[in-house]
Amino acid sequence: MASVTFDKATRLYPGGTRPAVDQLDLQVADGEFLVLVGPSGCGKSTSLRMLAGLEEVNEGNIFIGERNVTDVPPKDRDIAMVFQNYALYPHMTVAENMGFALKIAGVGKDERAARVLEAAKLLDLEPYLGRKPKALSGGQRQRVAMGRAIVRQPQVFLMDEPLSNLDAKLRVQTRTQIASLQRRLGVTTVYVTHDQTEALTMGDRIAVLKDGILQQVGTPRDLYESPNNVFVAGFIGSPAMNLFAADVVDGGIRFGTATVPVERQALDSASGKSVTVGVRPEDITVSTTAGEGLQVDVDLVEELGADGYLYGHSTIEGKRTDIVARVDGRIHPNAGEKVYLTPTPGHVHVFDSESGERIIHAAIAH
Amino acid sequence: MRGSLNITSATADPALLDLPWDQPLDDWSNEYIAALPKGISRHLVRFAHLSGRVVAIKETTEVMAKGEYEMLRTLQRLEVPCVEPVAVVSNRTDPEGDLLAPALVTRHLRFSLPYRALFSQTLRPETATRLVDALAVLLVRLHIIGFFWGDVSLSNTLFRRDAGAFAAYLVDAETGQLYSGGLSNGQRENDLEIARVNIAGELMDLEAGGKVADELDPIRISNGIVDAYRSLWTELTGSESFSSSERWRINERVDRLNALGFDIDELAIRTTDEGSTVRIQPKVVDAGHHQRRLLRLTGLDAEENQARRLLNDLDSYSASYGKSDLDEEMVAHEWQARVFEPVVRAIPVELRGKLEPAEVFHQLLEHRWYLAQNAGHDIPLAEAVTSYINDILRHRRDEATMIDPPTGTFTVPIDVIDDPETEPDADWRLTV
Repeated sequence: MASVTFDKATRLYPGGTRPAVDQLDLQVADGEFLVLVGPSGCGKSTSLRMLAGLEEVNEGNIFIGERNVTDVPPKDRDIAMVFQNYALYPHMTVAENMGFALKIAGVGKDERAARVLEAAKLLDLEPYLGRKPKALSGGQRQRVAMGRAIVRQPQVFLMDEPLSNLDAKLRVQTRTQIASLQRRLGVTTVYVTHDQTEALTMGDRIAVLKDGILQQVGTPRDLYESPNNVFVAGFIGSPAMNLFAADVVDGGIRFGTATVPVERQALDSASGKSVTVGVRPEDITVSTTAGEGLQVDVDLVEELGADGYLYGHSTIEGKRTDIVARVDGRIHPNAGEKVYLTPTPGHVHVFDSESGERIIHAAIAH
Repeated sequence: MRGSLNITSATADPALLDLPWDQPLDDWSNEYIAALPKGISRHLVRFAHLSGRVVAIKETTEVMAKGEYEMLRTLQRLEVPCVEPVAVVSNRTDPEGDLLAPALVTRHLRFSLPYRALFSQTLRPETATRLVDALAVLLVRLHIIGFFWGDVSLSNTLFRRDAGAFAAYLVDAETGQLYSGGLSNGQRENDLEIARVNIAGELMDLEAGGKVADELDPIRISNGIVDAYRSLWTELTGSESFSSSERWRINERVDRLNALGFDIDELAIRTTDEGSTVRIQPKVVDAGHHQRRLLRLTGLDAEENQARRLLNDLDSYSASYGKSDLDEEMVAHEWQARVFEPVVRAIPVELRGKLEPAEVFHQLLEHRWYLAQNAGHDIPLAEAVTSYINDILRHRRDEATMIDPPTGTFTVPIDVIDDPETEPDADWRLTV
């Protein structure tokens, strides 16, 4: 097992003007599950492929443990791309399906049997080792495919959107299995996805990329509670954080007719009179009686059982702004009504409206 | 519930609408389904009849179906041998209104066979080596245009007979990606390693099923793709330097590539050391050297080795009738009218689904040679044709659209078969 280090690693495609991955500095600890997440074209898959040896590194270096692998061919890096389209062979037993690649690599028979058995125990496949794949369920077949990667005992697992071709139900099941298996194996894992829910539920830490540039690395909680900038704030969390412009006034920030108290000192570093304010849907108090707060017209309420989400709009600085707030799933305002929203004190994120950077650096107050 | 069905297709065959898109592919009745052998597939793939042709239908996700459809069209434009994409069918719903998986429709290549259908009892090492060699040529061609396959295997390839060898066609482009700036060495090496492991796995699977000859060593055969790939890659892309007095080596390189079936469209020539050394490197190479020459001379469309074989026969016709000084096109026209076409016409209609005409012609030449060896003298063409049709061709199976019992394939991981008690548990330690 080993750590992984990207040291100012850069990938510039021939003819490209902007690097696909720009000076990536990232350390993945030994045994850690790190998720690379971001919208399409952000450089997450390119980063993974650089680590796998599939993409040239134009500048910087990549280390696995202490070893500089920047110029090492893929098969000599001691990594395994999991779910790389593993076929299961119908005439071979589960054990053979898991172990045949070791045979090709010249691993002896006893060692093969030992490794296959160990992997099968981890995957709850021991009772099925003598069976043919056709006698397995879909989930068991999926685990045999994982077994193929595990028996190789690589230093690092790489997974590139492994769940993207599964249906929704199997995706959720497999997500949980991968995460718990990784914890049991303790093998350093780098996992790429575009899905922030997958990132939040699976990763020990998450690295968010955009336009080839690392935006923030942290635990799911770090990213959720103190996003570094407007992009991370809007990308992590579903429904997304409400983000809109607000004026800096005496005593805090103007929120409709209400003033939300924010440390004046912090606001002094804002580059203008206006800032970008972020409030998560669950950090909003909804009132149906006219009073202080931001007046919002309710467009729709989505009931999800215990909770619901209120979707509405308001006019802020002459612009229509959509707002989402969490409400009680049973007792809530209805479409067409007017409501007044105020953020929960201490749960307001403030960003510089020009740079998009977070102004108040402490995690949100409690 | 067909109202919202969505078909994306360049060919727009209205018969597409008549297929039962409101049923899961698994449930389609025999009325629609053509039983063809196929390789090992992750998704459910079945063959169906469409306007007198056979199409392969794969249920997958919409993003993947559309991606693969576009990719196959791009590969076709780049003249890479691959299956022909027909359509993407999405927005499928069953009569209850539940969504069904989108489908990718591709056209079955006539006379193409999956590797599992290329032997009757057991796979012999020579055949396996020829398959691997054909796959190596395909992989080199794909890498030259910047295509990273990601899932190179015998199962993802179809093979057409090619005058004693095979021509390989890409079937599954699902994992593939085109890189406009070309591939890195790491990407090429990775594809090659995937190929090596997959081929070994596929051959070991046949071995486990008792379907390979005893002397076939799956690991040795699969390692063969690495050597075949590397030597072809080096020949096609490598640079060489020589003294400027040896300029004939430029022509020699061109001839060597032609013999391998490639043309050089662009050759970089540099002189160094005050002009005493010449360095050459092919920049753009194009497969199909013999195919193009045959097409230009005769209008016949054949595989590369078939084309080479036909051209050899044309050349010997020209030489033996003293026509070498005549215009090449005229001699070709005459050869076609007097030699090639009479042979093709001599094949009874009911035997025309056995093999492609060019392959028949190649086999006939082989047959004629064997007859002559045995007889100790030349055999007239007409006699060889009769003997070939009655002794050889009549006993072959039809390969135009081969109908065979389905091979033991299944899909991972979409369908679930909850029947774990079907097989007694053997001691797995004996087989691992």
